Amino acid sequence: MGFAFNLMTIIAVSAGAFFFLAGTVGLLRFPDTLTRLHALTKADNLGLGLVVLGLLPQVGSLRDGLKLMGVWLLVLLAGATVSQLIARAARREGPGE
Amino acid sequence: MNVGTAFEIALAVLVLGLGVWTIAARETSAAVVGFVGYGLLIALVWVRLDAVDVALTEAAIGGGLSGVLMLGAAARLRTTEAQAAAERPGPFTRLSAALLSAMVAGALAGAVLFLPDPPPTLAPAAAENAAATGLGNPVTNVLMAFRAMDTLLEKVVLLLALVGVWSLAPDRFFGGRPGSRHQADPRGALAFVARLLPPIGIVVGAYVFWVSADYPGGAFQGGTILAAMWLLVIMAGLADAPPICRRWLRLVLIAGPAIFLLVGLGGLWLGDAFLAYPPAYAKPIILAIEVAMMLTIAATLGLLMAGAPERSAQP
Amino acid sequence: MSATTVFGLYAAAAVGLGLYGLIVNPHPLRKMLAFNLLGSGAFLFFGVIARRGAVLAFGSDPVPQALVITGIVVAFSATALAVALVLRLFHATGSATLRASAPETEASGRRGVGGSQA
Repeated sequence: MGFAFNLMTIIAVSAGAFFFLAGTVGLLRFPDTLTRLHALTKADNLGLGLVVLGLLPQVGSLRDGLKLMGVWLLVLLAGATVSQLIARAARREGPGE
Repeated sequence: MNVGTAFEIALAVLVLGLGVWTIAARETSAAVVGFVGYGLLIALVWVRLDAVDVALTEAAIGGGLSGVLMLGAAARLRTTEAQAAAERPGPFTRLSAALLSAMVAGALAGAVLFLPDPPPTLAPAAAENAAATGLGNPVTNVLMAFRAMDTLLEKVVLLLALVGVWSLAPDRFFGGRPGSRHQADPRGALAFVARLLPPIGIVVGAYVFWVSADYPGGAFQGGTILAAMWLLVIMAGLADAPPICRRWLRLVLIAGPAIFLLVGLGGLWLGDAFLAYPPAYAKPIILAIEVAMMLTIAATLGLLMAGAPERSAQP
Repeated sequence: MSATTVFGLYAAAAVGLGLYGLIVNPHPLRKMLAFNLLGSGAFLFFGVIARRGAVLAFGSDPVPQALVITGIVVAFSATALAVALVLRLFHATGSATLRASAPETEASGRRGVGGSQA
């Protein structure tokens, strides 16, 4: 059982890291602000979710697991809000970067 | 070389790169963004150094509040960038500065490589006297019991900085509200998160303070989270910054240092030294001081971020 | 090469980098950023010393940690005061330069300062 947990952790955290990498590639390669925001928020939220999922088998108690989930939800909230605000500011400024 | 050391070397290289970006970036806003990322990664470095309380403080104050402060200032000073770019020093000054910095860095690196062995430490003394207060977190013990004088003076320094910031207000606005009136779409994303996050933030801030008796945390870190929630509400336009002439505001600001000072004088009168705690009541006294301290820190940090008064006190 | 050596060498580099940025960057805000960088390097130095002083009970000497926490808060309040000063300078003179101004800009600066004191 311990081996299965460790395997799941390794796979999930690696997948999460891959999604973070994909989001960063999107940040660097996409042409303008809105597409970059899209790549960042989608990939980073999913990446963090996978990392948290991978860490859940490693925590000692239910309370620590709930704390990890709480961290993920708060980051989702913050990321969604900030990307909305940046997108609105970017649209107001027009297509001039 | 094991995995831990490889990770630390990678982290140090990454942080160094961010530091170079902060110094060398062309626009100030870009440099401040790099600085915020730098602060968060330095918090990771602190965790690797087994100093979790310091990591929390660095992430909250060093990365969070300092970044917001300077980002706001950079936005207001955008028009001064061109003049600053024209004033860049010539190659001779740059070369001399680089030589000086290299010499200082080299001297410090030499000091690191030749640190005395066995390392001098006060940890055994802290461990021996830990039973005096009944707190489990050694850093809280040091901050609030063994070096309580430093913490008291630090509170006073915070207050003095705030008075300094207020004194920079134009005469006609002194006593007024800091900053401009923020407006945000009441049905927009910012107002939504400013209604949803502060209750969670208050619970988290109070928890970080309360748990600092036995686990990493502290009144400073908790107070910073409370200040951040207050600033979020102000920035979303859901509440206005209070005028600095309000009595309740000034009472909150002096509550922390005043209670600390009263306890200290009580120690002088009833005990044998300034800030001496009677051993039976040490923990409740420390908690009482810390509650007042946390509220004062929240108010002071929030007002330091808001800046000097720029509007009159009328709504 | 242990953690303390790696981070100690980085702390030395941060101090050097911050010092260079402080001297070379003309804009006051950039100077403040460089100063904060310098400060973080100095604090990390404390952290390295603390880590080396670990004993069985604690992972790291708590006394330097408490000093660094105090230092971070005081450094932030100094930064806040400095930012307020720069903003006031900008309001009073219209520019954020630390250079002594030339005669014609000094006259307009004096006018600006006198106006805001009214």
